[in-house]
Formats: sequence, C-alpha cells, structure tokens
Amino acid sequence: MGKQILTMKNISKGFPGVKALDNVDFTVYENEVMALLGENGAGKSTLMKILSGVYTKDQGEISLNGEAIEVVSPKDATEKGIAIIHQELNLIPYLTVYENIFLGREIKNSLGSLDKKKMIEETKEVLDRLKVNINPKSQVNSLSIAQQQMVEIAKALSLNAKIIIMDEPTDTLTDQEVKSLFEIIHELKKQGKGLVYISHRLKEVFEVCDRLTVLRDGQFIGEKMVSEVDEGEIIRLMVGRTLDEQFPYIKTDYSEEVLQVENLSNEYIKNLSFSLRKGEILGVSGLVGAGRTELAKTLYGYYKKDTGKIILNGEEINFNSPREALDKGIVYVSEDRKYDGLILGMDITSNITISSLEKFKTAIGLNKKEEKKVAEEYRDKINIKTPSLYQRVENLSGGNQQKVAIAKSLLTDPQVLILDEPTRGVDVGAKREIYDLLNEIKKQGRSIIMISSEMPEILGMSDRILVIHEGQLKGNLNREEANQEKIMSHIMKREEN
Amino acid sequence: MDTRKKEILNKIRPLIGLLIFSILIRILSPRFLTKSNLFNVFRQTSINAIIAAGMTFVILTAGIDLSVGSILGFSGAIAASMLASGNNIFLALVVALIIGGLSGMLNGVIITKGKVQPFIATLAIMILLRGATMVFTNGRPIAVPAASVSPIFRWIGTGELLGVPVPVVMMVFVFIICYYILNHTQFGRHIYAVGGNEEASLLSGVNTDKVKILAYTISGILAAVAGIIVTSRLSSAQPTAGDGYELDAIAAVVLGGTSLVGGQGTVIGTIIGALIIGILNNALNLMDVQSYYQMIAKAIVILIAVLLDRKGKSKSK
Repeated sequence: MGKQILTMKNISKGFPGVKALDNVDFTVYENEVMALLGENGAGKSTLMKILSGVYTKDQGEISLNGEAIEVVSPKDATEKGIAIIHQELNLIPYLTVYENIFLGREIKNSLGSLDKKKMIEETKEVLDRLKVNINPKSQVNSLSIAQQQMVEIAKALSLNAKIIIMDEPTDTLTDQEVKSLFEIIHELKKQGKGLVYISHRLKEVFEVCDRLTVLRDGQFIGEKMVSEVDEGEIIRLMVGRTLDEQFPYIKTDYSEEVLQVENLSNEYIKNLSFSLRKGEILGVSGLVGAGRTELAKTLYGYYKKDTGKIILNGEEINFNSPREALDKGIVYVSEDRKYDGLILGMDITSNITISSLEKFKTAIGLNKKEEKKVAEEYRDKINIKTPSLYQRVENLSGGNQQKVAIAKSLLTDPQVLILDEPTRGVDVGAKREIYDLLNEIKKQGRSIIMISSEMPEILGMSDRILVIHEGQLKGNLNREEANQEKIMSHIMKREEN
Repeated sequence: MDTRKKEILNKIRPLIGLLIFSILIRILSPRFLTKSNLFNVFRQTSINAIIAAGMTFVILTAGIDLSVGSILGFSGAIAASMLASGNNIFLALVVALIIGGLSGMLNGVIITKGKVQPFIATLAIMILLRGATMVFTNGRPIAVPAASVSPIFRWIGTGELLGVPVPVVMMVFVFIICYYILNHTQFGRHIYAVGGNEEASLLSGVNTDKVKILAYTISGILAAVAGIIVTSRLSSAQPTAGDGYELDAIAAVVLGGTSLVGGQGTVIGTIIGALIIGILNNALNLMDVQSYYQMIAKAIVILIAVLLDRKGKSKSK
C-alpha cells in the first residue's frame, strides 16, 4: 500500500453554464502510477489544471504530504514539485536541450554570464538517470516527439518534481517509443515519484498503472486497483452503461465503383492504385508518416499530383484546390482539429456552415436563420452536446469537436468522405456515436475513406483495408481476411528491397 | 452569467469605455459638449475612422497594413493633379479610388502569392508609394484652385448634408457597408475564418488568397477615400499627407477590441476606437495641452484602454 503524497478532497469548479467538477476526490501515491480516466468533458483536464495552478478551484482542499496547500499559479505548482507534461509539448524548438531544461533558471557563474558547462553537465546527469541517450546540446526541433517528451520529463526531474502528470503521453508515439516511455515510468516509480497518467488507451492503463480514478460528468465515480478490474468494468464506470459492441459494423449492398485511383504519384506517394465502392468504408492503415494524410490531401486537391489519374464517377478529375474537390463531392476531415480541422475561435454554427455558405446566400446576404436551423438539425441528428450553438468550438470536448467537423463535411453533401483519424482524442462513448454515424453515412450510399492508426478501429469498421508504407501501396485486404498480423507483415514484408 | 451574455458584454466593452471617457472630458471641459465642437470631433475622426475601417478587414485576417498613409498621400496627389489640369471631377475621384484599390491589391498579391509577411510587404509599399508621391509632386503641394474645379469637390471635405458634415456622412456610410459585409456576407464570414485559422479555412474550401487580397484591396480603397477628403479639405495635396496615419488607424482598431492575432473583432469596435482617439485629441486641444504633451497623453490613454480590455477578456475566460 503506497503512501499518499497528494490528496485533493471535495474539489468543485464551475464555469459559466457548466459545473465542471463537483466534489471530486483524487489521490496520488508514492511509487505508484495513478490513471485518471473519463470521457472527454468528464473533468480530467479541469482537475489537472487546478492541480497545476492554471485554474483556481471554487472549493475543496489540496494537501501535499499531509500539509494543506494552495496552488496559485503554474509557477507555484512547479515550485511545490508538481510537474505536468502536456499533450502539446512546451519546449522552445530553436533552443537546445539544456537551454530548455534550464529556461528561466539559468545557472550563472561568478561573473554573471551563463555557466553552460555546468548546465550541460547537470542536464546529462538527469538524462542518464532516465537512461535515455540524448545530447544536451542538440537543438530540440531536431529530436523526435518521443525524445522531446523525454526532455520534458528530464526537465520535471531536474526541477525536483515529486508528482509528474502525463497527459495522453503516447498519442503521437510509435510502439517502440511507447515501450521506452514505460521503462522510464517504471524508473520514475522506483525513484519514489507519484505519477498521474491520463490516457484514452485502456490497454496502456493495464500495462503501466497501479490504480485508477474514474470521473464522469464532473463527478467522482471511484478509485480502484488496476489489478481488480477488467476493461469492461472500466468502460462501464466511464460511460455509466455497458457498450455491447465496440465496432458496430454493418454491410451495405451497393456494388458500383465511385472512385478509381490509378498510379497516383507526387512528392509523397508513389504509384498508388485503388478503387472505392459506393457505401463502403475503405480503411487506410500504415505507420505515422507513411503518406496516408498526404494521399488524402492529394485526392482533396490540397497537394498537386504529378502523374496518375483520379477518376470520379467515370470522369477524370484534376483539382487545384480543396474548393474544387468539395464542389465535385469529395470532402476531407482533418486528423488535427486544432491545426487545420476547425476554426476554434468561431462558433459552432459558423464552423458547420463554412464549407457550404453558397447554400445560404440570398440577395441581401447570408440567411442566418436558415444557418441556425441547419446547425440545430445537425446538433440533434448527431448529438453535439453544447449549451448553445453560438458557443465557440474551442469550448467543446474533443468528441463534440469531431462531430462538428463531420457535420461540416456532411453539409457539403459529399459522395466521398475522407476521414483522417476520426476518433483521435475522442472518448469511448463518443467514439461509438461516431461509428454509428459512419454506418448512417454508408447506408445513404456515400463512401468513406478512413485513415486510422488504431488497428482495432480499422479492422472493426472497414469493408476493405489498404496498407500503405513509405508512400506505396503494400496491401489491399478484404474485411474477412484482414487481421493485425497480416497488416503488420504487409508493412514489414518488402522493407528489405 | 452565461457565455452569450459575456460575449455581448465583451462586445460593448469599448462602448462603455467611450461613454465613461466622454463624461470625464465633459467634466474637465464644459465646451466639449457643444454641437459645433462635437461636429468638429466627428469631422476630425472621420478620416482616421474610414482608414481604420479598412484596417479592420486586414487585421481580422491576422494581417497588418502599414501602407495606408502612403496610399492616402499618393491617391490624393493623383486626384489633385488631375483636377488641377482640368479633368472631370468624377473621373479624378474614380482614378484615385482605383489607384488606392490597386495599391492594396498589390499588397495582397505580394503577401499571398509571394508569401511575404504582411508587415514587411506593406512596409515596402508604404516606402515605395511615399517615394512615388514625392517624385510625382516634386516634393511640393499640388494646389486645387477653387475657381477651376466643380464646387462638389470642396463640398466633399467641407460641406454639409442635412446639417451634418459630409465626411461624417461618408464615415457612417462606410461603416454601415463594412458592418454589412462582415456580418451578413459570405466574404465577411471568410474574413473571420481566415483570421481564425487559415489552414482550416483552406481545407474548408475557402479561397484564402482571394479573401486576403480583397481585404487589402478594401483597405487601399478606403485609404484613397480618406485621401480624397483630406485633399478636398485643404484644397491641395500635400506630399507628406497621411504620414503616420497607419498608426492611428491601427490604434483605433486595437482600441475597438480587435485582436491582432486575427479572427476576433468588430467594425463597430473600430469606430468607437477611432472616436476615443478623436475625442482625446479634441479634449487635449480644448484644455490647451501642448502638442508634445498631447502625444504622451495619447500613448497613456491607448495603453490604459488596451490593458483594461485585456484584463476584462482574461477574466471572462
């Protein structure tokens, strides 16, 4: 039984219109990893923002090593030994590793100038403690995401953090990198740290966490030992109901082909050929960086094609911009809602209609009433949870943001939807809703190209699966014959030549 | 308070500032609230406000336009020289507006097609057009003798319509059109979208280059409108006309609550921002503050206003 380092008791926090946290308890134990679980919008980030001094709580107590504390600012949190490693890393790309680690607390020599030697030495020492091999003098933007994460962890260590919070740390890592991260987590446990692990990937929770705390709709649902629960139980705690089927695949009986791609090549992809049938989901699998997103954006007119043909409904097409693709019935939903998927500072209605404003044009300008009506329709149809359609999209949870993005694409009345990582950063309950939505789209006779890094999702939802590696097509599998091993072996197979 | 109410409060914040500020000045100088003085304030504000309206489009796209002062000077000089050599007044005005629009379009093309940062591109055009104006005028004012041109030209800068100064009428007209464009047209929505997230807008099918080029074109045209008013009022085109006006316009936009990051702001805010600056200038004159001290006072007011605005916004988060 671990010793409690940090306890948060009866924490409440309200925002305009919502009670984000309602009497939540949370404990971090020495030498242990505590998983913090819950759907998007359950209050995980709010709780962690309170702990790291970004938000102030409305009520409740926090105590550190038995002593009551108030965390008034992120700086204060750092000084009290609470470090948070965000999903989006907070390093300065053009500075070196050691400059980042000592940013704001640079060591100076007696003359007042920087003592680089000492900083480099100390950086090396921390990195050694983590057993990672990174040169302290490397510029951060030359490191992989995984390495950058290690640098963040090293920074936390060098700040002598007692509690390290990791928010979705594996989202952008490869399997190998995840493995080494887990080794580091074990190392940190041994050194007596208390860790908080936030993830949507339940598999990882079983692998690396000792206990878990579940939140739902801002409420504390329970704290359990990981060894005493199974996946079904966790999901039940998170969503408050059992999910009978994770992947509700359906078969449609259309047969005609909508889209043919022949020998498509450009800077990113080489000689890709495949076809897409009406009413099917074509899964696109491959490692990160395999050229999947680039393929999608080439079909969408964002990247130019050099050679090859794209044939839509028997007609060869050449798009010079996404607008032209949209007008022909191809739409792309980005993998990165924040970067290029949505306009976060704009309201929900305007985001839904932005691709289809032509529909709302009248002689005296845009018909805003009609826009509102359409937005309401989509809100009800695909269950976008929000107090108001004039809410800014940035205030929505990941799942609801994704629904807005899909609503935007559906409003263009597309024949072909290219969905890039449609459930990334989306919680279990909303995931299921998105899958149901995909089925709905299939039934309407529209076709979906679904790019995903989540193997179970690809296998569970696709009618056919393309395997892409280094811009080339490595395999084209039917639903029946596909499995994880086959896909991986297609990726690896021709690696040698 | 719900989010909607807070957003409304955020929107009228500049207006509240303007009212408090006006009351304060009324107390300090009783002469402030006379009809003739108020018209004077509005007339003086109109030039900056018209430029700032165009600047709002540009700043909403996350850009900046430093060239407006030079466009004002250049288009004014062209109009004056055409009038002085006996051309038809409407021809002269249309040519001045086209020059302004083309200059703005050039900014937009350099920024979008040449992928040059707006600050640098418009800085270059600012210097270029100031130089061109100097060359064109030989560095001397171009007089527009009242006898040789239609009285309509003088009327633009000094006349009245139903008792209201013509530049003020033009200002109101410009703001109504800008408000309409930004709030009720597809182009207006696209302006906010591009400023909010250019990549996402592009992927949503917005022709982002076209939107930006149009924004700079509008800014250029409105700078030329201001150039015509200035030339008319002085009955001559000064080679240095408009020098530094870009900064007052940017200040008005920012005072009006528009974010330099793009995507957030209103043209109503801008007119209030321009009025705050206009009233401040006027009040300092009424109180006989020396012009050097006026600059310092203006800077302080701008800083305080923007700081208060920041504070209010971060609280509502």
